[in-house]
Amino acid sequence: MIRTNNQDYVIQAKALSRRFGNLKAIDNLDLNVDKNRIYGFLGPNGCGKTTAIRMLTGLLKPTSGSIKILGLTLPRDAEKLRLKMGYMTQKFSLYNDLTIKENLQFIAKIYGIAGVAQKTRIDELLSIYALNQKQSQLASSMSGGQRQRLALAAATLHRPDLLFLDEPTSAVDPENRREFWEQLFDLCDQGTTILVSTHYMDEAERCHKLAILENGIKRADDTPQQLMKNIAAHVVEIEAEGLRHLKQQLANLPEIISAAQLGARLRVLVKDSVSQPIEFLSHSSAIASNKISIVRPSLEDVFITCTGETGQ
Amino acid sequence: MIKSLYRIHAILFKELMQLKRDRMTFAMVIMIPLVQLVLFGYAINTNVRHIPVAVVDHSQSGISRVLLQTVAATQVVTFRHYFNDIKQAQQALEQGKVRAIFIIPADLSKRIVRHPSVGFGLPASSDEETSRPIAQWLVDGSDTMIAAAIKGLRNMPLAELLSKPANRATTTFEVTLFYNPEQRTAVNIVPGLVGIILTMTMIMFTSAAIVREREHGNMEMLITTPIRPIELMLGKIIPYIFIGLIQVSIILGIGYSIFNVPINGGLASLLCITLLFIAATLTLGLVISTIATNQLQSMQMTIFVLLPSILLSGFMFPYEGMPEIAQYIAEALPATHFMRLVRGVVLRDVVFTEMLSDVYWLSLFTVAGLILASIRFRKNLD
Repeated sequence: MIRTNNQDYVIQAKALSRRFGNLKAIDNLDLNVDKNRIYGFLGPNGCGKTTAIRMLTGLLKPTSGSIKILGLTLPRDAEKLRLKMGYMTQKFSLYNDLTIKENLQFIAKIYGIAGVAQKTRIDELLSIYALNQKQSQLASSMSGGQRQRLALAAATLHRPDLLFLDEPTSAVDPENRREFWEQLFDLCDQGTTILVSTHYMDEAERCHKLAILENGIKRADDTPQQLMKNIAAHVVEIEAEGLRHLKQQLANLPEIISAAQLGARLRVLVKDSVSQPIEFLSHSSAIASNKISIVRPSLEDVFITCTGETGQ
Repeated sequence: MIKSLYRIHAILFKELMQLKRDRMTFAMVIMIPLVQLVLFGYAINTNVRHIPVAVVDHSQSGISRVLLQTVAATQVVTFRHYFNDIKQAQQALEQGKVRAIFIIPADLSKRIVRHPSVGFGLPASSDEETSRPIAQWLVDGSDTMIAAAIKGLRNMPLAELLSKPANRATTTFEVTLFYNPEQRTAVNIVPGLVGIILTMTMIMFTSAAIVREREHGNMEMLITTPIRPIELMLGKIIPYIFIGLIQVSIILGIGYSIFNVPINGGLASLLCITLLFIAATLTLGLVISTIATNQLQSMQMTIFVLLPSILLSGFMFPYEGMPEIAQYIAEALPATHFMRLVRGVVLRDVVFTEMLSDVYWLSLFTVAGLILASIRFRKNLD
C-alpha cells in the first residue's frame, strides 16, 4: 500500500481548472479524497464529472491548478500513476469482438501479468464477478450488467490502489446496481480508494463522501448524512387537491426553491431564510396547516438546493 | 524491455483475434488482390486493336478494295461504316460511332503509281511535288493512344498491295526489346499492381485499425494503461506485414500462372523490397490514423494518397513522360520507388542493392513516418 506524504489524502487537487475554448468545464475545484473511501461526484450530465476524472487520471492536462495523487504529481508523473490506478470509462471500452476471457488476458498482458499469476488472477476475477459460465462469450453478446462487471474486473485486474469509475451503472438495472455497489465496498474493504461519478441519488447516498458539481463548480462536499443535515432549506410536504395548479403558484414565489409532485403530495423546498415554513406556506397557498408537514431531507433535496441557484 | 515485448505481443495477439473474427476484412485481404489482378491483367491493354473507323471511298476501284483489305489486315482498325459522303462520315465521328475516317481519293491509282514505296515512277516521283500520300485519315485525336495507333499506320508498307516481292526497306535502326519482347501489357502491370494494392490495403487497414479503437472508445481505456505509443503502433503494424506478404504472394503467384509474368529476380531481393515498402505504407497509415478522427476520414485520406500512387507512380504512365512538377510529387510517394524496385527485381533480375537510392528513400520514409506518428500520438485526450 502506498503511503502518501504527510497527509492521508490519496487524491489532493487544488484550484483545479480546465477550459475548452471559452467554456469553463471545471472551475477552481478543490478536492481531498481520503484513503480507503468511496468518494462520489454527483451532478447532472455535462457538469464536468468526466472532465474532472480525466484530469485526475492524467488524460487531460489542467489549465491551472495542481493535482497530487498517491504522492505523484500530475500531469508530470502520469505514466507512473497508470500502474497504480484503474479506470472504468463511461462507455464500455473493452473489445466487443473478443470473449470475456480474451479481454481479461489482453489487459493482464498489458500490465505484464503472465503465466500462473495471470491464470490465477483471471480465474479469481471470473468467479468474483460471476462471469465463469460466460468466459468464452463475446463481449458484444453480453447484457449491460455483465459487461459492466467485466469492465470492473478489467479495471481492477492489476490490483490498483485507486479506482476511477465514470458513471459505472448508467446502463444497468437496479438489482445489478445493488450488487455492483456491494462489490465496490468489497474492494474498498481490501484497501482500494474509489472515486465514482454518478447522477443517481441512491448511489450517491452510498458514498462515504460526496461532492456535488454543477457547471464545473463544486457546490457542496461532505458526507451524505452531513449534507442532508446541513441542508440550507426546509423540506415540506403538502397533501392537497389541485397540486399542478398549486405547484405553479408556489414556484413563482421567491422564497420557494423548488416544488415537485410525489403522487398525492407536493414536496416543497423553502429557503431557510423563512423561519416558519408551515405558516408561510399555509398563508401563501391557503391550505390548512395540518395538511402541511416538515419531512426529513433527502439527498435529492440537497442536490436541488445546492444547484438550484442557476438551474431551473 | 521484456515487458515492452510482452505488451507488443498482447496488442498483436488481440489484433489477430479480431481479424480472425472480422470475416469481411479477412475476405477483402484475399479478394482485393484477386479481383484487381484479374481486372487489370485482362482489361488494361495499351496495344490498341480494332479501332472502329468509317470509310469514304471516292475511288470505288479494285485497288481501293485491296487497299482496305491491307489496312484491315493490320488489325489496328476495323471498318465499321461505309459512307459516300464525308459529311455523313464526320457525323458518325461526332456521334462517337467511329474513332476515325479513312478517305480514299478518286485518283487513288495515280497516287499509288507515283508513291515512292511503289517505285515505278521516275526518280522525281519521290519529290514531294509529284508524290502525294495515297489516302487520308481524319482522326478523333482526343484519345492520344488511339491517335498514336493510327499515326503508326502512316508509313505502313504498300508492297503487299501490289503483290510485289517483299522488297522491304532497310530500317534506320534495329530495335531489340528486352524483358518483354512480346510487348504484353500484363508483364508491366502485374508487378506494378503489387505496389498499388499494397498502397491501398496497407494504408487503409492500419489507419482504420487505430481510428476504430478511438471511435469505439477503446483508446480511452488503452491510454490509461502502461502501454507506450510505439508499442501500440508496432503491435498494430506487425499483423498487417503478414497480410501484405500474403497479398504479394497472391498477386505474383496468379500473375505467373494466369498471365505468364515471369519472376526473374531473386526471391530474397523481392522479399526485402516488399517488406520495406510494406513498412513505408504502414507508417503512412499510422500517420493518417493520428490525424483522422473517424473511419470515414481515414478512408478519404487513403484515397488521397492512393490516386496519385496509381496515376503518378509509373504504374499506368511512364514516369519519364510526366512534367517536372509531377515527377517531384511522384518522387515523394513510396509507390513510385517501389514500382521501380519491383519491376527491376521481377522483370530485370536486379539485386535490390543495385538500386540503393530507391531503397534509401523507402527506409527514410519509414523512419520519418514512425517518428512523426509517435510524436503525434499522445497518451492524452487534449
